[in-house]
Amino acid sequence: MLKIEQINLSYGEIQVLWDMSLQIPEGQIVALLGANSAGKSSTINAISGIEKISSGRITFQGKDISKMAPHEIVELGVIQVPEGRKLFNFMTIEENLLLGAYSKHARKDIKKNIRRVYDMFPILEERKDQLAGDMSGGQQQMCAIGRGLMSNPKLLIIDELSLGLAPILVQELLRTLTTIKDEGITIMLVEQNVKQSLAISNYAYVLENGRVAIQGDAAQLTEDPHLKKAYLGM
Amino acid sequence: MMILQTLISGILLGGIYALISMGLNMILGVVRIINFAHGEFLMIAMYLSYIFYAWGGMDPYVSAIFIVIILFVLGLITQKGLIEPILDKPASTKIFATLGLSIVLQNLALMIFDANYLSVTTPYQSSVVNLLGIAISVPRLVSFGVVIAIVILLYLFLQKTMVGRAIRAVSMQRQAAYLVGVNVKRIYLLAFGIGTALVGLAGSMLMPIYSVYPTLGASFVLIAFVVVVLGGMGNMFGAFYGGLMIGVIESLAGVIFSPGLKEVIYFIIFILVLLIKPTGIFSKGKGSEAVGL
Ligand SMILES: Nc1ncnc2c1ncn2[C@@H]1O[C@H](COP(=O)(O)OP(=O)(O)OP(=O)(O)O)[C@@H](O)[C@H]1O
Ligand SMILES: [Mg+2]
Repeated sequence: MLKIEQINLSYGEIQVLWDMSLQIPEGQIVALLGANSAGKSSTINAISGIEKISSGRITFQGKDISKMAPHEIVELGVIQVPEGRKLFNFMTIEENLLLGAYSKHARKDIKKNIRRVYDMFPILEERKDQLAGDMSGGQQQMCAIGRGLMSNPKLLIIDELSLGLAPILVQELLRTLTTIKDEGITIMLVEQNVKQSLAISNYAYVLENGRVAIQGDAAQLTEDPHLKKAYLGM
Repeated sequence: MMILQTLISGILLGGIYALISMGLNMILGVVRIINFAHGEFLMIAMYLSYIFYAWGGMDPYVSAIFIVIILFVLGLITQKGLIEPILDKPASTKIFATLGLSIVLQNLALMIFDANYLSVTTPYQSSVVNLLGIAISVPRLVSFGVVIAIVILLYLFLQKTMVGRAIRAVSMQRQAAYLVGVNVKRIYLLAFGIGTALVGLAGSMLMPIYSVYPTLGASFVLIAFVVVVLGGMGNMFGAFYGGLMIGVIESLAGVIFSPGLKEVIYFIIFILVLLIKPTGIFSKGKGSEAVGL
């Protein structure tokens, strides 16, 4: 569904992605793992068109998206839930969700999608008139995922879902992602939290210094000696 | 009675300051540009109003409709032609660009109209209505009514429509705005257009009570800066209250001290606010992301 081929990305003089390639097949959960500054967010910002790659190709459903503007990529159904949630803090929960449906192809489904989000996260409906900035971290993450779902995603990319959240809440949100996958939405999970991510993923890539260091089926990677040592502390 | 009279005339004048400042703040909050030429757009609007009156015999309140549209288009052109190409450039480039534009426009006005003060004569110019013993100037009252109507419309637009929400979204959290599919460049364009349309309307409302001259923009843009700092950078409705407040302060100061001192008083307020609450006295908190000066 999504194919990244040999991309390079630099911020000014500093190159952060080096001939990076990866693939995300439809209907799966694919994890992109790695330590701080490995280049995970840079990779997905390249997918979303926020950062421009200097060479290589990114295709979505066969279409080259590497030169498209961010809003055009959203229109195709490639939706990013950014690191740190990045909610519109001075707007209500409901306004945040409505803005999720800003793109043309999502607007006709506002009613249906907002119902779906509220059913998935009932607390959001209870608090829909409160400012997003006043919510707890977990509720903000739910709102951010909900805002992403409002965009009618085909591919939902979630950056650092677990950041700053209690493990039990992370567990719950990851379970929700499995439900979302079962509804037919492909998921790219960008995480530092290797163990919990592998548990729900089909396939995983591990980034180190802007290069893919390890890749494989999630079940296999759990047994990988290097991964165990470097990321699971075993 | 005298104080009440002064207070009311201050509020009425403040409505126009509010309009100018809201335009400046819209551009600042959304495009993150301090438009030093904002006052010159006011000057252009007033000259246009004068031209419509002198050549077409058109009342300033009528020509306001055309002037708002013309200024909106001028705003689009400025954003597209001058600001958009330098968006990724350092702050100093942006400052010199709008400062340069302001100087060019001032000199253009000087070439075309000389340094004369021009004004229009309307039948209602010096008419007053009496409300409970307080004399209120008709043109000031009309201007204020128009300002209130526009502020309400703008509020509804920003709160209730998808495009309005997108404008707020860009000013609050630009990256997330991109990620929900907002065409950010187009929102910049729209915000700049609305910002200059607002100052255009202010010019039309000011023409029946004021004269226009080439350097008029400078003194008004100074007021607008004070109002914006007072109300909070990027905070549209903070600018509205701030405008009214400055109007009142100016009127009171004119009575209590002397009209010549008003600019000193602006500066004192400006510095006090920056020292005590730099986010503005009407802001909810940090507000929008830091404005890149
Ligand atoms: N806008 C930017 N300008 C300059 N350098 C940047 C920018 N964004 C990221 N970098 C640098 O690029 C490198 C990769 O950062 P990136 O955010 O992609 O890593 P990450 O894997 O997402 O890390 P984290 O787990 O901390 O989110 C880092 O060294 C970072 O400092
Ligand atoms: Mg990151």
